[in-house]
Amino acid sequence: MDFFRYDVGLFYDELFHQDGSTRPGAEILIQKIQDLPAGDLVRRQQAAEAAMMSLGITFAVYGDTQGSEKIIPFDIIPRIIEPEDWRVIEAGLIQRITALNIFLNDIYHDKRVLRDGVIPEDVITSSTSYRMQCEGIRPPKDVWCHITGTDLVRDKDGRFYVLEDNLRCPSGVSYVLENRQLLKRTFPKVFEASRVRPIDDYPGWLRHTLGWLAPQRIESPTIVLLTPGAYNSAYFEHAFLAQQMGAELVEGRDLVVRDGFVMMRTTRGFTRVDVIYRRIDDDFIDPEVFRPDSMLGIPGLMEVYRAGRVALVNAPGTGVADDKVVYAYVPDMIKYYLDQDPILPNVPTYLCWREDDRRYVLDHLEELVVKAANESGGYGMLIGPGSTRDERDAFAEKINATPRGYIAQPVVALSRAPVIVDDHFEGRHVDLRPYVLYGEDIRVMPGGLTRVALRRGSLVVNSSQGGGSKDTWVIDDESGATPGRSQQQAGG
Amino acid sequence: MLSRAADSIYWMSRYIERAENTARFVDVVRHLVLDLPGRATNQWASLVQASGDEQAFQQRYGEATEANVIRFLTLDHDNPNSIYSSLWLARENARSVRDAISSEMWEQINRTYLMVKNAEEIKRIDDDPSGFFRHFKKACHLFAGITDLTMTHGEGWHFGRMGRLVERAEKTSRILDVKYYMLLPRVDYIGSPYDSLQWKALLKSISALEMFHKQYHRVTPVCVAEFLVLNRQFPRAMRYCLIKAEESLHAITGSPPATFGNLAEQRIGRLRAEMDYTDIREILDSGLHEYLDIFQEKLNAFGDAVFQTFFDLATRPDQNN
Repeated sequence: MDFFRYDVGLFYDELFHQDGSTRPGAEILIQKIQDLPAGDLVRRQQAAEAAMMSLGITFAVYGDTQGSEKIIPFDIIPRIIEPEDWRVIEAGLIQRITALNIFLNDIYHDKRVLRDGVIPEDVITSSTSYRMQCEGIRPPKDVWCHITGTDLVRDKDGRFYVLEDNLRCPSGVSYVLENRQLLKRTFPKVFEASRVRPIDDYPGWLRHTLGWLAPQRIESPTIVLLTPGAYNSAYFEHAFLAQQMGAELVEGRDLVVRDGFVMMRTTRGFTRVDVIYRRIDDDFIDPEVFRPDSMLGIPGLMEVYRAGRVALVNAPGTGVADDKVVYAYVPDMIKYYLDQDPILPNVPTYLCWREDDRRYVLDHLEELVVKAANESGGYGMLIGPGSTRDERDAFAEKINATPRGYIAQPVVALSRAPVIVDDHFEGRHVDLRPYVLYGEDIRVMPGGLTRVALRRGSLVVNSSQGGGSKDTWVIDDESGATPGRSQQQAGG
Repeated sequence: MLSRAADSIYWMSRYIERAENTARFVDVVRHLVLDLPGRATNQWASLVQASGDEQAFQQRYGEATEANVIRFLTLDHDNPNSIYSSLWLARENARSVRDAISSEMWEQINRTYLMVKNAEEIKRIDDDPSGFFRHFKKACHLFAGITDLTMTHGEGWHFGRMGRLVERAEKTSRILDVKYYMLLPRVDYIGSPYDSLQWKALLKSISALEMFHKQYHRVTPVCVAEFLVLNRQFPRAMRYCLIKAEESLHAITGSPPATFGNLAEQRIGRLRAEMDYTDIREILDSGLHEYLDIFQEKLNAFGDAVFQTFFDLATRPDQNN
């Protein structure tokens, strides 16, 4: 298989320049692929898929009780990020997370940002993800968003833009780590020669971040990962991370509040829990404070948390920053809190509750992407180009009924990368989700989840909508920088 | 460790062992049938009877032909005790404790499950049952080996071993019983050449023939029963299973040997002690079938006690250490 007939098209391609020449970081890889005997690449692709199946890196197909499972589609051609691009991403993310954390602290305490008129007050009060129950809470070390998985997209101009911040329970990092293992097996020599920055110590950093939050100076804090259970679609990831960190994987029914502490039920009685990395949404973690019908949570948990006797990661309440209307104000937050210009721009966003914006959106539905302010995973979306009259009318109606619930953005011509389609390569649109840990310092994992829209022409990369993934190689620069660079946490 | 995790590891091991033993059950009957040309009419029916799921079988299959019985006991999704169901349950339990077991263990369970699932799709079981059972038993052995070699021999491992041994003791007692079931209607077989052939088939299908011959020179019912019930060193013998299960239990609780601190320890200790002070004559005089029946009952009572002592979150008395 070769790239002679590969068409870059009118998009930014992650491996090739517009004129068809190879980008510097991808040269070794492309050369190797061209040199492979016919059929070899497809065999490697099949071997990788078989490995995923036997490792059980699968997700359950909903509605099928007799264990029908699928692997997340995986393409073995890695996506490559040049060092100078990565420097921008890393600095931009650190800046953004720093500002968002200050915002969260502010919004649940003094609300300076509202009083100073940077964000209109009703944006916050009308957000369905704002948690009044969190007002006045001081999370350990004043950190709210410990783990973020920001979605970035690259436009035709080659610039990266922030699409979503994902401050609640971003998933996918286990696929990043497993994809890397598979790729090392698939292209060992190329991998070795390409100076790819390692990502394998992510679980170690994560554990360190969690341990640092333990309420008191405890020699070895008990850290648990709280999962909704084995039938959750992200369960593979929960188990994987717990295993890699050496943390206990618990369900709500394993935990109980006793004598003012969170305890887990063990074969030897109750053991105190210090840090909970919860992969359950705010709404479900404590039926006494949030949704009373939740069977997944722990009654009384929030009281222990409020008293500072257990750390919750991420802090409850961070979802307000995921609201797509609040998202539109992040560049303003960066200016306001840090007095800096944003390094990574937002995708331009029209807020339907602003009258001018709404009129514009309704007049241009055919060119815009409309999103529900509080949905994720590719749900509740209208992609204007290619939509039908009926679909647009339905959205117009929804927008008029609840203007606050919708935003619109111009269609970003997402960059593309080659994927294997039968016996040749075709370009498919990709995005990038790097993971950021906020502990003693802020660390950006050098790499991330590259999601691919596998359907030809599709712009939707979510796995629930037919997306797949690729390994992401961040190339180390000549200077041989040390892995895991970090920056001191900015003061709040 | 978490009560729920201990529970899952215990059951994960039990279900794998259960699946393996079901394969052995089928295998023993296949051998018996081969050795009884022309007279094997109701051997398969006896097997269904011994499995305890006779009613469900008759409702769905009717006649107890070889093909029907094999399908019922191996790939039938609706039979909760089929190999497929046991493996599926083993895998679900393993999945819920993936952080507590090694990834090699998970991978082996997953592979075995996929192999059985696949066997159904490609009709392998109908074309080559021997091949299927041979591969399947090997996969189960591999799991036991991987468990012993990759998991810390701490609390979780002991729960797993206890589950495996309790299940095995129960199944060895049943497999012995099946043989008796089959012979009861034809008393004139006893002592005939057919008889010794059948006992050999039984020993072979539970991988015991060679080890049996190291100790006994003739294959007689008394010797086989003695070997499978009372041997202290053969890993599929009931007594061996009890001794090691009790060891694991004491490793978990830390109670000194020959004492008990909870109901589970009391029950298994008593059952093991009864075996220590009996012999095969006494057992046969009171009736092997009756003896095995009572053994199974007491073993079940021990299983209940394990549940109450370690896994039951609702009723366990509060304790803080």
